[in-house]
Amino acid sequence: MSYEFDFAFLADRWPDFLAGAWLTIQLTVVAITLGFALGTTCAVLRVYGHPLVARLVGAYVEIIRNTPLLVQIFIVYFGIATLGLKLSAEMSAIIALVINVGAYTTEIMRAGIESIPRTQVEAADCLGLKRLQVILHIVLLPAMERVYPALSSQFVLLMLASSITSQISAEELTAVANLIQSDTYRSFEVYIVVAIVYLALSFLYRFGFWVIGAFLFVRRRRLGTAL
Amino acid sequence: MREFNSFHLLYLLDAAKWTIALSLIAFVGGAVLGMVLALWRLSKWRALRWLAIGYIQLVQGTPLLILLFLAYFGLGILGAKLEPVVAAGLALTLYTGAFLGEIWRGCIQSVPKTQWEASDCLGLARFQQYVWVILPQAARIAIPPTVGFMVQVVKNTSLASIIGFIELARAGQIVNNSTFQPFLVFICVGAIYFALCYPLSVASRYLERRLNVAR
Repeated sequence: MSYEFDFAFLADRWPDFLAGAWLTIQLTVVAITLGFALGTTCAVLRVYGHPLVARLVGAYVEIIRNTPLLVQIFIVYFGIATLGLKLSAEMSAIIALVINVGAYTTEIMRAGIESIPRTQVEAADCLGLKRLQVILHIVLLPAMERVYPALSSQFVLLMLASSITSQISAEELTAVANLIQSDTYRSFEVYIVVAIVYLALSFLYRFGFWVIGAFLFVRRRRLGTAL
Repeated sequence: MREFNSFHLLYLLDAAKWTIALSLIAFVGGAVLGMVLALWRLSKWRALRWLAIGYIQLVQGTPLLILLFLAYFGLGILGAKLEPVVAAGLALTLYTGAFLGEIWRGCIQSVPKTQWEASDCLGLARFQQYVWVILPQAARIAIPPTVGFMVQVVKNTSLASIIGFIELARAGQIVNNSTFQPFLVFICVGAIYFALCYPLSVASRYLERRLNVAR
């Protein structure tokens, strides 16, 4: 076996890698933001909503969590096209990722909301707050604080899963790697480099979530207690 | 162009066999690797601990798709070209092992420390402690999350379609190419995955309640 590693192709291809990584970051940041909004709304509906709505949200969560992201992406990309609405690959990718991460976020946030002591809500009721006010001011932030580690690792997993969108030719990091691979035939090197870039991205995301957490949950630091 | 018909549906169901087969390969391989990693992670020797931590961080920090490409294209260049099923089995095993290792480490660590001390008092060797005292208790804790993780494994076998292994997702693409009814085809594919995964999800939740390890 005489295989010689040769990373020389990197010299003129690194801007491509950077562009791919940048699109991965854009896709996932948008997907995480919208997915978090969707998931939190669904979680609130699941816990406080009309039983029928709660049922529907439950079905959404189960369906998404028990089917592969790849199939969801295909349904969005190819399916919507047959309905006569032509979306770009990036747009389809974002829609599929939002629907996907929304379901996981729903389940995580639901656990958080259910862990808030009933008495907190009752106390807020006594103060005459409306249901929405109770949810916004009393329940959500502490709920999020409790499930924050699970939430942030789910988001990192989403970033890694976004590599699958290369299959509908969204030009993110993996798609760029596939392209360079077919140009240079240096598949081992290309995928090793991409793996390292993803590794760096996941550390970047974890650090980012840690910083956000530190700002968002100042109270925990000040009191030194978990609520 | 053909309409989507029962022949296509049978083809999809037939391909689901390969999804199940690949899931089993990944799960069995991953279980062996995961057990080794979990024990290394808790080893007395620092080198083994760091090796396991490094491996787990590496695998959990890269997309499974990249692992698949490395196994299929990368190893293909090194030696003889690997069959897609071998490359997919290998990549999924490496992936499953990392996650199961981390899940099982948690389960082993959640066995109360007093159990270790008690078995020390009985004069058991470390191997005996694991086999007779710790692992039976850890297994009870580990069953629900392990069954739950099976869902991830089954879903992730869909990525093997990308390196040309004809399992359920790939079969769906093939059928779609001949029928051009993507909505129908991929919803059927999704439904078959759901039929495979949902029972596992339900079982996982049931076991969690049944074995009463939630708290």
